[in-house]
Amino acid sequence: MNIAHKSSFVLSSRHLLGIEGLSRDDIVGLLDLAGEFVELNRQIEKKTASLRGRTLINMFFEASTRTQASFELAGKRLGADVMNMSVSSSSIRKGETLIDTAVTLNAMHPDLIVMRHHASGAVELLSQKVDCSVINAGDGQHEHPTQALLDALTIRRRKGEIENLTIAICGDILHSRVARSNIILLNTLGARVRVVAPSTLLPAGIERFGVEVTRDMREGLAGADIVMMLRLQRERMNGSFVPSTQEYFAYFGLDQKKLAYAKPDALVMHPGPMNRGVEIDSIVADGAQSLIREQVEMGVAVRMAVLEALSRNLPNA
Amino acid sequence: MLIDRRDRRPILLANARIMDPSRDLDFPGDILITDGVIREAKRGIGAAGVPEGTEVVECRGHIVAPGLIDMRAFIGEPGEEGRESIASASQAAAAGGVTTIICQPETAPTIDDPTIVDFIQRRARDTGIVHVHAMAALTKGLKGEEMTEIGLLKAAGAVAFTDGMKSVTNAQVMRRALIYARDFDVLIVHHTEDPDLTGEGVMNEGEFASRLGLIGVPKIAETIMLERDMRLVALTEGRYHAASVTCPESLEVLRRAKDAGLHVTASASINHLALNEIDVGHYRTFFKMSPPLRNEDDRKALVAAVEEGLIDVVMSDHNPQDVEVKRLPFAEAAPGAIGIETMLPAGLRLVHNGELKLMTLLKALSSRPAELLGLPGGGLRPGAPADLVVIDPDVPWVLDRDELKSKCRNTPFDEARMQGRAVRTIVGGRTVYEYV
Repeated sequence: MNIAHKSSFVLSSRHLLGIEGLSRDDIVGLLDLAGEFVELNRQIEKKTASLRGRTLINMFFEASTRTQASFELAGKRLGADVMNMSVSSSSIRKGETLIDTAVTLNAMHPDLIVMRHHASGAVELLSQKVDCSVINAGDGQHEHPTQALLDALTIRRRKGEIENLTIAICGDILHSRVARSNIILLNTLGARVRVVAPSTLLPAGIERFGVEVTRDMREGLAGADIVMMLRLQRERMNGSFVPSTQEYFAYFGLDQKKLAYAKPDALVMHPGPMNRGVEIDSIVADGAQSLIREQVEMGVAVRMAVLEALSRNLPNA
Repeated sequence: MLIDRRDRRPILLANARIMDPSRDLDFPGDILITDGVIREAKRGIGAAGVPEGTEVVECRGHIVAPGLIDMRAFIGEPGEEGRESIASASQAAAAGGVTTIICQPETAPTIDDPTIVDFIQRRARDTGIVHVHAMAALTKGLKGEEMTEIGLLKAAGAVAFTDGMKSVTNAQVMRRALIYARDFDVLIVHHTEDPDLTGEGVMNEGEFASRLGLIGVPKIAETIMLERDMRLVALTEGRYHAASVTCPESLEVLRRAKDAGLHVTASASINHLALNEIDVGHYRTFFKMSPPLRNEDDRKALVAAVEEGLIDVVMSDHNPQDVEVKRLPFAEAAPGAIGIETMLPAGLRLVHNGELKLMTLLKALSSRPAELLGLPGGGLRPGAPADLVVIDPDVPWVLDRDELKSKCRNTPFDEARMQGRAVRTIVGGRTVYEYV
């Protein structure tokens, strides 16, 4: 029982490499399309045939559970054949370069490649060497566009419009591709974006990203509609960027007390996986204001929308 | 075109604009070359006053200047001749008006032993078409721990001492090397970079790197090491040359040292004078350098410092890299760009833009490095070796990387519109390159 798509949105570019470069119309178009897939995904019959005959390759050079599963499910629900490649089984381990891998895969005529890589710019590099559409599932510390889109969809469904909302992004901004993509997207849609972090975790020039910058959670969360927490990698916790997890949690961990600085109806988000007790308290993560599980649901819908919108550009479509 | 290397007929460069930066002379005239030496450089020698069989080259008002001396070039010989050999580097040099290459000790094996200096001299004599001199390693194996045989290496022909792309982080080692080198009146050339502050950085720290998600190299990594070195130079009274300065903060340190009368000089690479971080664009690895390209304000300050004479030398930082190490994600790609053949045209761009005077550029490319290294070239006095370049400052051309003579193609100037270039290069009285 397929539902008919109302949206006939087509993405103007061949690849989705980042939020940077997308217009407001691109973003809204993707979110509208994703909204339709949310309804589809809640039915018993979740499959459509719009990508039937298409081949989707998931290439993950960095470990990922939820993003890879989300793309796999998205591809399968649209009827595509999905192949997963992870770094442990790939020939990169044998010294093959990224470009050689790209050329090899390209010869198999995939229609879409979803790629995650630990180096910023690696997905763009791959996109220059293949004939199919490429989707960035996270490149180094650069961008993670589908995460920003799913965050926006989640916010929009709960708050109506994104324009004029105050959104605080808190934690390891320096190393976060999620933060970069979100800052660009939320600014494009007219939100007021704040970043809150210790100075060691703020990138150089952040004040020129169109955000308000603060080192204090009370100030940063005051009047916020959305509190978006970021993951702090373990290797950065013990003295290199912050002295300890205890100190980090004391000043930047989101607990009920700090959440109370935000608006009473503020909602809490986290891209996962969470470090409970480091950047977020379990009571908040599992509490009534948390959207964290909803984000995961929106993730599948957003990725279906991206695959669908890009595939409408493919030859013979 | 093929050039007969045995041809040592006298040459008359007629109707030239003679520019001698060693004496600040700029006048129209002729230059007569015999037996590999500049015989006369004056007005109106004319074809009548030359020995029989002299080749008369009509210069049509083009500039004749001392051949360029490239004070910093990384060549793969010995050990990595696939990247660049002395032969290929010297072909590239000749096409760029460079008559003397100073090669860096980062070879395999390292130039830290007199026999390697000797090897390079013999290979240059047998396979090269321009002069090649070696800078020897300052510390054994470039490890920054023990100083090399500075006296014996100098006696073998090493023109200066450096750890190439590495900094000597141990201040005690640097202090002793400076003191010891002073006894031999040796120049120490140092890459100033604190490796801890650079960390995993791959491009200039700032907004642009942050937007690309690349780890930044802070300017202070350079300046703090330079500042330390100035203290050591003041203490030891050694002769010191900063290998590649890139930012106003370092210029300030340099200015204070020079004002205090320390024996301190500095180079800037043509890349840092002609390009900035925005050229990196979307992860273009041919623009990945070490030290990294800085922002436009830094670039302008650097050019102004060359014009002022605060920066003494402009060098190519020629560093050939294969596609295998460049066609990688930016953070994983090797740094470096070739430049020996494009240094002069890129410098002429700055002249045409009005940022640099032509005489200043020529001085930084020839007479200053000759003075610092104690080389005989760099001027056009009668009796000087006939290492010359004829420059057409205005000829328009488009750079095609496949036409470059280097074995590698990693130029940041591919498809660049250029104005002016070397049209003839003469080494030891013989024409080794002609632009046709």
